[in-house]
Amino acid sequence: MITIVDYGMGNLGSIRNMLKKIGVDSEVTADARSIAAASKLILPGVGAFDAGMDNLERSGLIPALNERVLQARVPTLGICLGMQLMTRSSDEGQRNGLGWVDAESLRFCPADASLKVPHMGWNRVLPARSSPLTDGLPEEPRFYFVHSFYVRCRNESDVLLTTPYGDAFHSAFQSGNVAGVQFHPEKSHKFGMCLLRNFAERF
Amino acid sequence: MLKTRVIPCLLLRGQGLVKTTRFKEPKYVGDPINAIKIFNDKEVDELVLLDITASKEGRGPAFTVIEEVASECFMPLAYGGAIRSVEEARRILKLGVEKVVFNSTAWRQPDVLRDAAREFGAQAVVVSIDVRRKLFGRYEVCIDNGSKPTGMDAVEYARRMEDLGVGEILLTAIERDGMMQGYDLDLIAKVSSAVGIPVIASGGAGSLAHLKDAVEKAGANAVAAGALFVFHGPHRAVLITYPKREELERVLR
Repeated sequence: MITIVDYGMGNLGSIRNMLKKIGVDSEVTADARSIAAASKLILPGVGAFDAGMDNLERSGLIPALNERVLQARVPTLGICLGMQLMTRSSDEGQRNGLGWVDAESLRFCPADASLKVPHMGWNRVLPARSSPLTDGLPEEPRFYFVHSFYVRCRNESDVLLTTPYGDAFHSAFQSGNVAGVQFHPEKSHKFGMCLLRNFAERF
Repeated sequence: MLKTRVIPCLLLRGQGLVKTTRFKEPKYVGDPINAIKIFNDKEVDELVLLDITASKEGRGPAFTVIEEVASECFMPLAYGGAIRSVEEARRILKLGVEKVVFNSTAWRQPDVLRDAAREFGAQAVVVSIDVRRKLFGRYEVCIDNGSKPTGMDAVEYARRMEDLGVGEILLTAIERDGMMQGYDLDLIAKVSSAVGIPVIASGGAGSLAHLKDAVEKAGANAVAAGALFVFHGPHRAVLITYPKREELERVLR
């Protein structure tokens, strides 16, 4: 059972739809008690960094999430804004992030003016190292991205995937039980199905 | 490198999909769920679904159909048709839709788009601009499924939409719709050079060369097509299709 955190930011329906398609049970919850009992978590999210942190705080879920992620060390996947909220801070806002990974979220400033921001559309991912989350992706893996900020890990060993957009950026990381992906696996066909299945079964 | 998005644009009429010619003569092309499943198999970049009668019939968005479609759609999905408020947009996004598309509401209540962009982010808000070519190279925005001219210039309108915070423009040349003779490159070039947000070219695609022209000659950021992906051959037999990835990559790089 995967517990999807509902803090009022983003497209929970899509994630549930794909998990259902690949036969994985999930629940969407905004209830701290359900989170305290979770054995696997997805932190989704679409929108602005500070709004995300504000919503998380207002929801009262942060203590339960910290306990699950940092003490119980349950496998946790951040998607898009959810990935960025796991970092220490963001260029996008004033607030501190959750700090679950030694990383920060930075604004895209591609030197090449033809590269627009937001980075929107399908793009490639290149493996930086092996991981149960990203091993076995179908050939020439590509994912759907929509974002204006990106995560930079301070420890290179946390980086799972990189994606070229101007310079390559870190499009997926794993630090122990915590992982994040900048793209939307739930909207990335067989590539996303494989990644979410990996998360459900192997991570 | 980021690839140009090639987007089938599906028109919903009641429970079924249709394809129009110049916004008229809707021809039935099949069941939406079936079409979505085919597009899943073909690993389509993104889909646009527009309900072309929801506004006219005054019934609002068909939430049940949207939910069914979203639950089977494993690629980014944009929905448009009779969305008149932020609440309706929120409800649609919650069903598993990535982007809400506004057309007549953008003209009548532009504040709804501004508020939606603030709440959901610009990337979730698309304005659909239907345009008719007038004398002396002028382009006029039309609303209500193309039936009502507004007197507004398309380029000026596109700029206003960008100022409101909209994330993307779906730009359709009404006279080109379903003709498969190529996009209105002049229109696309005028609008895409006037705004910084992505412009999706729509109306007229009949071949991969047309897609290439919209991107390379007119500066479109993405390309949408209807007839190209639902009709086959000179007699327009219904066949839902999508080019192979290698073909698209060869043409669009």
